[in-house]
Amino acid sequence: MSFFSDENTRLAEEIIKRYPKARSAMIPLLHLAQEQEGWVTEAAMAEIAELVGTSSAEVLGTCSFYEMFKREPVGKYLINICTTMSCALMGAADLMQHAEKALGVKSGGTTEDGMFTLEGAECQAACTEAPCLQVNYRHRYRVTADEFDAMLAELSTPDPGVPEHGVLSQIRQHIPEKNTVGALPPEEVNAPPVWLNTEEDQS
Amino acid sequence: MSEMLGTEIAHAAGFIANETPRIVTARFDYEDSFTLERYEITGGYQALRKALQQAPEDVHKEVTNATLLGRGGAGFPAGVKWGFCPPGVWPRYLVVNGDESEPGTYKDRLLMELDPHQLIEGCLIACYAVGLSQCFLYVRGEMAVAQERIARALNDAYEAGYIGRNILGSHFSVDIVLHWGAGAYVVGEETALIESLEGNRGMPRLKPPYFPASIGLYGQPTIVNNVETLSNLPWIIDNGADAFTNIGTETSPGTRMVAVSGHVKRPGVYEIVNGTTTFRDLLYGQDMCGGIRDDNQLKAFVPGGGSAPWFTPDQLDLPFEASQVGPQGSMLGSGAIMVMDETTDIPAAALTLTKFYAHESCGKCVPCREGGTWLEQILRRVVDGRGSRRDLDLLIEVGETICPGDFPHAAVPSKGIEAKPFPYKMTTICFVGPSAFAPIHSALTLFREEFEAKVAGNDDRVLIEVPVNV
Ligand SMILES: Cc1cc2nc3c(=O)[nH]c(=O)nc-3n(C[C@H](O)[C@H](O)[C@H](O)COP(=O)(O)O)c2cc1C
Ligand code: SF4
Repeated sequence: MSFFSDENTRLAEEIIKRYPKARSAMIPLLHLAQEQEGWVTEAAMAEIAELVGTSSAEVLGTCSFYEMFKREPVGKYLINICTTMSCALMGAADLMQHAEKALGVKSGGTTEDGMFTLEGAECQAACTEAPCLQVNYRHRYRVTADEFDAMLAELSTPDPGVPEHGVLSQIRQHIPEKNTVGALPPEEVNAPPVWLNTEEDQS
Repeated sequence: MSEMLGTEIAHAAGFIANETPRIVTARFDYEDSFTLERYEITGGYQALRKALQQAPEDVHKEVTNATLLGRGGAGFPAGVKWGFCPPGVWPRYLVVNGDESEPGTYKDRLLMELDPHQLIEGCLIACYAVGLSQCFLYVRGEMAVAQERIARALNDAYEAGYIGRNILGSHFSVDIVLHWGAGAYVVGEETALIESLEGNRGMPRLKPPYFPASIGLYGQPTIVNNVETLSNLPWIIDNGADAFTNIGTETSPGTRMVAVSGHVKRPGVYEIVNGTTTFRDLLYGQDMCGGIRDDNQLKAFVPGGGSAPWFTPDQLDLPFEASQVGPQGSMLGSGAIMVMDETTDIPAAALTLTKFYAHESCGKCVPCREGGTWLEQILRRVVDGRGSRRDLDLLIEVGETICPGDFPHAAVPSKGIEAKPFPYKMTTICFVGPSAFAPIHSALTLFREEFEAKVAGNDDRVLIEVPVNV
């Protein structure tokens, strides 16, 4: 039984083909696995290892380095409150305190109904809009306690317009077969690209 | 509609003083700034057409003549860096650094969300000029909207024949691959970025080689450039290097994007004239931040991202010019200013940065891995009122294991303290280790009395706590 769905297996193959070396697809495939299950399972890592031609220990090694890959289930909505300087100067600690109270969990915890996981996070590149947070990596700016509560209510409705944890970009890159150059392993390329060699350029 | 989420920018704008053209933020005011249609009707992809009419080395020369300084932090001229590719070694790659995560930095995400085609056109120009046969656009993992906007822009540009085989009917062919990170600040360091792109843990590589231009992705010559750096290229090719160097100063031409956050009236992202705009213009100018919130006094500011030593009102008249800021003890870095007014608890503010760098250490160098954790723990107990006077010296002692010798800092005329210029010595591979120390060193040098007040009356013994690594 394979881990990836048929559609995702096809996507995985398409992604691997874009890179000169298959191993480069490791992080994109971990994202794909997380998109499918909401977190990264052992079975996913084993299959990714096979797909990119390495061991599952190597996949675990890479996976465990990166904050976004969750190796156990998290809530449907991951709420990351920025705690770095610009947000801290504008009241991030108060926002975190409020969030902990409103959700009834400490930073790092998940609500019993599996809806929300709360985390303190580092700078989110929205420093002028402090204090800010992200829900499944989508920003909310200048968040007040009231807005936080309203956000929770909104996220508790059936279709709040934020994809579930694991889904990042809702638009995928697609490189059309008809005009892709293709990725050759570097060992197989020994000459300069043609446009450096054309007659016009030698003048 | 979901792709619109999180993109309303409250105050971020391309404000620019004295009617200088907006180079990289020109399209930001259009609601559909990120679409191919808008890009094309506002002159988009004309620079690519123009470049394709010229020999690649002439395009390279134009960029060199523009003295386009890298906007990722180090400020190295792009054209010169491109020239470091060893001749005769193929293939060469382009890796775009869209990992923006230095505390206070907010510009690359805007450029990716609001004008992705400008970035793509910049990538194409670089690939054409230097003979780079594939481009990897590495976008920070936690930027879902930027990823969506770029994916859509790439799909549209492929469809329109701007990317791929025989671009616009020429001999120029290149693929651009969108790649996402997965959450690790240190991956922004260019050799860690390459490791990550190879599917590894994102740990910086030992230097030398100092530039991946000689040995980079898969051991091949690789140009790594920042998003903002590349976004300047279409304008430079369209208007010429001379038009670019006519803006700003000879050593820092053009404009640059600067995010001002914290205690100002109008925090925002401003495109300013490079080299001449001063910190005072930016923080107090009526067309910019408009002064300190509630008309409070300015206490201190971080002038160039979380890694930069701090400035006080004494340095407000310095311009955005590395050759002037360096001797005064800091750096311009990634164009990020964090402003603290008179109400700020300075040791606590320093902690919000030190804990960031301690948390983001990749663990490869002992002084950073252990030292960063120690610095955070010692500072935390000082901030919590559990520290001792001896802890203040200990902070410096631990810092000196990361950065031996003099650490740069600003002058404090009222205390008779003179500035110590950049750079510093370091025992670590990359700047994460020193960056954990920088805020502590600055805060202690400029505001020692605030630390002393926190430990006053406490026992002078050092509390030994075993650091817990997580
Ligand atoms: C710890 C660390 C983090 C960095 N993060 C970034 C980053 O997020 N984005 C970036 O463009 N450069 C970052 N840099 C600088 C890059 O190493 C590199 O100098 C830059 O991408 C080169 O592009 P440029 O010459 O166009 O500025 C970082 C450097 C260090 C040491
Ligand atoms: S300084 Fe820190 S983050 Fe940088 S390579 Fe060393 S341990 Fe890793």
